[in-house]
Amino acid sequence: MIELTSPGIYVHVPFCRTKCAYCDFYSVTDCDIAERFLRAVETEAAMRGDEISGPVGSLYVGGGTPSAIDSELVSKIPGILSSSHGLESGAEVTVEVNPDDVTPAMLEAFLGGGFNRISIGVQSFDDSELAFLGRRHDAAGAAAAIEAARASGFERIGIDLIFGSAGQTLDSWRESLNRALEFDLEHISCYQLTLEPGTPLGERMLTGEAVCVEEEVQRTMFLETSSMLSGGGYTHYEISNFARGEENFSRHNMRYWLRRPYLGLGPSAHSFDGRVRRWNHRSVELWLDALQRGERPSAGEEELSGEQVRAERLMLGFRTLLGVETVLLKEHSGWEETLEELLEISLLRIEGDRVIPTVEGFLVADQLPLLFI
Amino acid sequence: MKNIRNFSITAHIDHGKSTLADRLIQGAGLVADRDFHDQMLDTMDIERERGITIKSQTVAIPYKSKSGEEYVLNLIDTPGHVDFTYEVSRALASCEGVLLLVDASQGVEAQTVANLYLALEHDLEIIPVINKIDLPSADVNMSKEQIELELGLDSDNVILCSAKTGVGVEEILEAVIEKIPPPRDSEKEPLRALIFDAQYDPFRGAIIHCRVMDGSVKPGDSIRFMSLGTIYKVEEVGVFKLKHVKRKKLSAGEVGYIIAGVKTVSDTRIGDTVVHEGNTTAEPLAGFKVVKPVVFSSIYPIDSNDYNALADSLEKYKLNDASLIYQKDSSAALGHGFRCGFLGLLHLEVFQERLEREFNQSIIMTSPSVLYRFVLSSGEEVTVDNPEYYPDPMHIESALEPYIRASILFPEKYMGAVMQLCLNRRGENSHFSYPAPGRIELLFDMPLAEVIHDFYDKLKTITQGYGSFDYELTDYRKNDLVKIDILVNGERVDALAMIVHKDRARNRTKQVCDRLRDEIPRHMFKIAVQGAIGGKIIARSTIQAMRKDVLAKCYGGDISRKRKLLEKQAKGKKRMKTIGKVSIPQSAFVAVLKTQDE
Repeated sequence: MIELTSPGIYVHVPFCRTKCAYCDFYSVTDCDIAERFLRAVETEAAMRGDEISGPVGSLYVGGGTPSAIDSELVSKIPGILSSSHGLESGAEVTVEVNPDDVTPAMLEAFLGGGFNRISIGVQSFDDSELAFLGRRHDAAGAAAAIEAARASGFERIGIDLIFGSAGQTLDSWRESLNRALEFDLEHISCYQLTLEPGTPLGERMLTGEAVCVEEEVQRTMFLETSSMLSGGGYTHYEISNFARGEENFSRHNMRYWLRRPYLGLGPSAHSFDGRVRRWNHRSVELWLDALQRGERPSAGEEELSGEQVRAERLMLGFRTLLGVETVLLKEHSGWEETLEELLEISLLRIEGDRVIPTVEGFLVADQLPLLFI
Repeated sequence: MKNIRNFSITAHIDHGKSTLADRLIQGAGLVADRDFHDQMLDTMDIERERGITIKSQTVAIPYKSKSGEEYVLNLIDTPGHVDFTYEVSRALASCEGVLLLVDASQGVEAQTVANLYLALEHDLEIIPVINKIDLPSADVNMSKEQIELELGLDSDNVILCSAKTGVGVEEILEAVIEKIPPPRDSEKEPLRALIFDAQYDPFRGAIIHCRVMDGSVKPGDSIRFMSLGTIYKVEEVGVFKLKHVKRKKLSAGEVGYIIAGVKTVSDTRIGDTVVHEGNTTAEPLAGFKVVKPVVFSSIYPIDSNDYNALADSLEKYKLNDASLIYQKDSSAALGHGFRCGFLGLLHLEVFQERLEREFNQSIIMTSPSVLYRFVLSSGEEVTVDNPEYYPDPMHIESALEPYIRASILFPEKYMGAVMQLCLNRRGENSHFSYPAPGRIELLFDMPLAEVIHDFYDKLKTITQGYGSFDYELTDYRKNDLVKIDILVNGERVDALAMIVHKDRARNRTKQVCDRLRDEIPRHMFKIAVQGAIGGKIIARSTIQAMRKDVLAKCYGGDISRKRKLLEKQAKGKKRMKTIGKVSIPQSAFVAVLKTQDE
């Protein structure tokens, strides 16, 4: 399994042209201050140079929508961080884009700036589903963006898909998955629609509207996703993530799940230095103000207790194919009986000195840590 | 002496007793307006919230009458609930008169009638008062008619008042001095004082509230409690003016307190007679009895580490509530706890709430039980207040359970529904009468066990709040009683066992199983919830295994949020009780108590 000892950096680009109906990530729709934003990222990176050590193994520019602002600006980010922290050779450098923003010029700028991986927010290949989710592109636009990315020379392309929104059927979801398989992508993320309070869909749910499919259907969709993509040569390596072989795992996200250090720059970004977790101000203004005053733009931080570290390792471990070291379970009284039972009902399996969730186990991954705390 | 009046206010719950008491206190200028707050005499939060009086309070109100004479009006506030009837009767025995309060919009209710009988028993002067006349729904004529017809009192003497606006308050104060006779002057006779309450003070011990019937008592006197035979030296006597005010002595006719180094209220008996130590020939005052609990339940700390804290809390609680009885208990399912006895269901509820609020104890309470009697084939008779000790059915010759005579008062149109409710609760031997046009008084013999769950709530619901209920314990009757065991995933949960009538067993068991099914969260495996009599399963429900959770993404580096959610869930799980492999939340134990749908 991959070592991933070097730290990662995440840059949150807090701009979107419009807000999607399900999204609760922080963003503003005013893109005019992009230039100021970028200078501030540079300031923050310089200021927080000592929180992580050594050259960076993965850089992820997400959002928000990095493709919503001038691509020349976004293209400067890898260079800026390379000079402040250093980038390992062969580092994974990812940028997130919206299909409708993608142009050949943009892709060229990104490649030129040092990005070697692109994550495209496709969400669905069904036009009515895309409209329901509040996306600006259609299925044809999504396909065009993927093809343009491949044509421009990106060797690592990933897409995001969402399942479980109201009106979607098992058949239409299979259709989207089949379309995805046709593109021979390196990475596919399939998220179940989650309804967050404060989002338009979340609010609509509160009024009693059916905004997602029944739980049993969600379950079937999840299992179908796993079996179709596995059949298509992908490894189901995290609840929502599939990759064509281990070399195509998202090394950046793996750092989160393996509790490796990462620095989060930009409004609302989270950081972890191996000991302390901290998070930035959510608002662009507060974040900018703090940097202008020469202060770290943190809104809060926490140092983890031993018990909390263990909780995180269980919580994150049960979400991935890496699973959890068996020895970690032993701190809970009655763990042997519980484990035996979970093995018997095939939610977990044993591999060497680790316990690994099965696909059925992924379905109840949030419950599994509770059984050992 | 002739300028003292001892009186009480009695009313059905929520007819404005505490508000009227407030107004009388305020009207007499006993408390500065800035110190005034509502329900002056209800000092516990729970009393204010629920609008009920749990502990009685007493206050001496100085009053200058219209004719210019100075009076002391001793208002003895009483608990307003059927569970505390004995306390009420002792308070009334300390008075010469009573204000009988009727809500202008609700009219006469079951407890109004019960209170009237109590007052008549004590030969008290009764002043009927119609309260809340300011309400838009007030119907003074209806209330007058009911007072005349249902209570047999002369409606011409009724005082109309609004304790809220203050209308009629002065008239009431005048009526108290004119109509209620002064206490009998018997100061020359040997001391006899009636204990009607006792309250705990951390520095002084039990403060004994009493009415001096004969003679007088002063600091330095040696006194004896007749029923207990205990002897104390009086340290201080005084009267109540919202605060305690020391006096040189208390004389016949006066109401006040005695502090005599009595450690806790459990060292006193309400209704007991206080005499001087040397007086061995005194007749005790009439009406004394030892109150016995009628409803029993076990309590367990949610976290078994809190057992000692719970024990401490009970000890403190008991300092001020002599009617609470408890002893150690233990359950295979819930660990160490206590078996408690209560005067009734309200007493139990108040106890539970105060324990959680004032003492910060999180507890699980088992289904309340009454005191059953079993005659065994050996001829021996055993009493059982806990299903756990239900005798071997092979050896039971006969089973007996306590019965009550229930009196229910409600508007005629609810007759069918109320009748059905009582019949469902094994009511029998019904009688009804029309004490006033459109109003029914329904009498029923019912097992006490059938009303201790949620009978009163149900009655309120089906009569849209217009039904009222009162009861007295009558006798024990033979019935076919069985013990039901509840099994979760094959493990018997002793704390959920119950004794019920055979004919009701199947339904009741099914309800309990269904409630548990709804309250126990899904586990990774399927869970069977079963009810059994002996070894025979009579009902079951199934909790399906959890097969899918919310698949929220864990993305963007925000691990803290997800971990905090996990920590919250883990904390919630720790508050659950583990039976075998199954975690049962406290809410499941509570839900079972509420299970008695018709």
